[in-house]
Amino acid sequence: MSLREDPFRRPPTGGGGRSTKQSLVKFIVREIASSLKLLAMTDYFNYIMPKLLYLKTIYILFKKELMSYFNSPIAYVFIGVFLVAGNWLFFNTFFLASQASMRNYFALLPWIFLFLSPAITMRLWAEEKKSGTIELLLTLPVADWQVVLAKFFSALIFLSISLLFSSTIPISIAFLGNLDLGPVIGGYLGALFLGGSYLALGLFISSLTKNQIIAFIIGLTACFAAFIVGADFVLAGSPQAFAPIMKFMGLGSHFNNIARGVIDTKDVIYYVSFIFLFLWLNVRVIENRAWK
Amino acid sequence: MIEIKNLTKKFGQNLVLDNISFSVKKREILGFLGPNGAGKSTTMKIITSFWSPTSGQVLIDGLDMAKDSLSARKKIGYLPETVPLYEDMRVFEYLKFIAEIRGLSKGETKDRVKEVVSICGLSKVLRQPIEELSKGFRQRVGLAQAIMHRPDILILDEPTTGLDPNQIVEIRDLIKTIGREKTVIFSTHILSEVSATCDRVIIINNGKIVGQGSPGELMKKSGGAEIIYVKIRGLKNEVEKKLKEMENVIRVEVKDKEAEDIYGYEIEPVSGVDLREYLSLTVMKNNWSILEFSKKSASLENVFRELTK
Repeated sequence: MSLREDPFRRPPTGGGGRSTKQSLVKFIVREIASSLKLLAMTDYFNYIMPKLLYLKTIYILFKKELMSYFNSPIAYVFIGVFLVAGNWLFFNTFFLASQASMRNYFALLPWIFLFLSPAITMRLWAEEKKSGTIELLLTLPVADWQVVLAKFFSALIFLSISLLFSSTIPISIAFLGNLDLGPVIGGYLGALFLGGSYLALGLFISSLTKNQIIAFIIGLTACFAAFIVGADFVLAGSPQAFAPIMKFMGLGSHFNNIARGVIDTKDVIYYVSFIFLFLWLNVRVIENRAWK
Repeated sequence: MIEIKNLTKKFGQNLVLDNISFSVKKREILGFLGPNGAGKSTTMKIITSFWSPTSGQVLIDGLDMAKDSLSARKKIGYLPETVPLYEDMRVFEYLKFIAEIRGLSKGETKDRVKEVVSICGLSKVLRQPIEELSKGFRQRVGLAQAIMHRPDILILDEPTTGLDPNQIVEIRDLIKTIGREKTVIFSTHILSEVSATCDRVIIINNGKIVGQGSPGELMKKSGGAEIIYVKIRGLKNEVEKKLKEMENVIRVEVKDKEAEDIYGYEIEPVSGVDLREYLSLTVMKNNWSILEFSKKSASLENVFRELTK
């Protein structure tokens, strides 16, 4: 059983379609990943600050997670559905209103994300548990929180890649009319925060079960509840005393602020702590192996 | 190298491991034997820190698994029973990921992946997605993953299930080779495997250790150390009666029939007594003839059955 050829130089053989298409995508992913690595500058600082080894571990896990999106059809289906649904729903009414603004698009986004975020996160833990790979993953010399962070950031980066593809919309509008950039940038920033919150919540739900479908449905319900709790029509039907609290708790109300182009630290802190809370809960669940 | 102290594991009310203690020395191959559900896999999952014990302590090379989990894990290579692998990755992608996460540098990763690939015979399937691999190749990828970082301790949960006889021999040889320098714990319920590879055996049943020692010691302990098989020409009833009347004989059993008046008998003597000469005298005295004669050692199977009844 000797090595007959150098495995790293041999061009891919067989299964032509799949490998060429995927190798292009993998190349893109690798480029993105390596530029992120440059940002972290792990190689350089390893000697100075051993603490950054934590980052390197997270980065390796992150790379593996991101690769798994593009190794399966998930990524292509996801990006396809996201773009078709978003563009169609938006341009449906865009020419009737004939206003060069993306406000309607950002009003749509939370609802599209509502369905797509749990679809991203549902498999992240549930699949590892079902196939048993979690046993190997959690006996590697990596801390549980590193795995949680790697999974979260891979999901967030994947969501950002999808959002990047939707930049065709502001570009086309800019050709058609006078687009105010402030609300557009605010909208995308808000979408990232909102998406991040959905993903953190969905990831947490996925850590509770072995079943991807359960993870999706519960995740969807939880995201919906968290989004809707601050909406006006819910507040109207709830006791007056709770109304301000509920308005603050809801993911939706904060999103509207940012999407208008008003970036308030209050909203940013809210989103960051929401994400942090669920990532922390996620780490607790994984540490206790509490998913039976 | 490994020290297990008073390990107990409960799932709710269900006691899976009941106060287990043992230790494994360096360069020792320890076989973990027991019926299904005895607690073999549970013990391994606790040693590798996948589960934490309800009470008790695991020391890996002096490191407490509860406190220094991460540095202890670096010393261990683990192959779980179900051989879980990332199905959507290709073999080389997977091995590269394992090498990187195990902290090998870029240059080391490349060399070590090549090395491991040739040790485990994976060069043919390097570019295949793992989901397309056969059971035997999956097992090899699992093993390659476990030895990637040259661990001091190798923990293999039923490494030979589902493999064909050639592959089983290959894996056994590999375990033996590794065991010359490293510490290996592996579980199995194939008994011949244990006597073929292990320095020491621990038999576990219902969460308790019911026997341990080298395969030889265990067989001696089981009492009937040697069994004699003879094929004799002579009237069956008469032969059987006379054999039973011999001194120092515990049990005589008719095993098979070759032809009229030719039968095979199994004789179990009192342990430590050499019956052979006396037996041949008896045969001559009665004018029978011996057609076949062999001595069998009591198999580990008997020991196993006795201890896990």
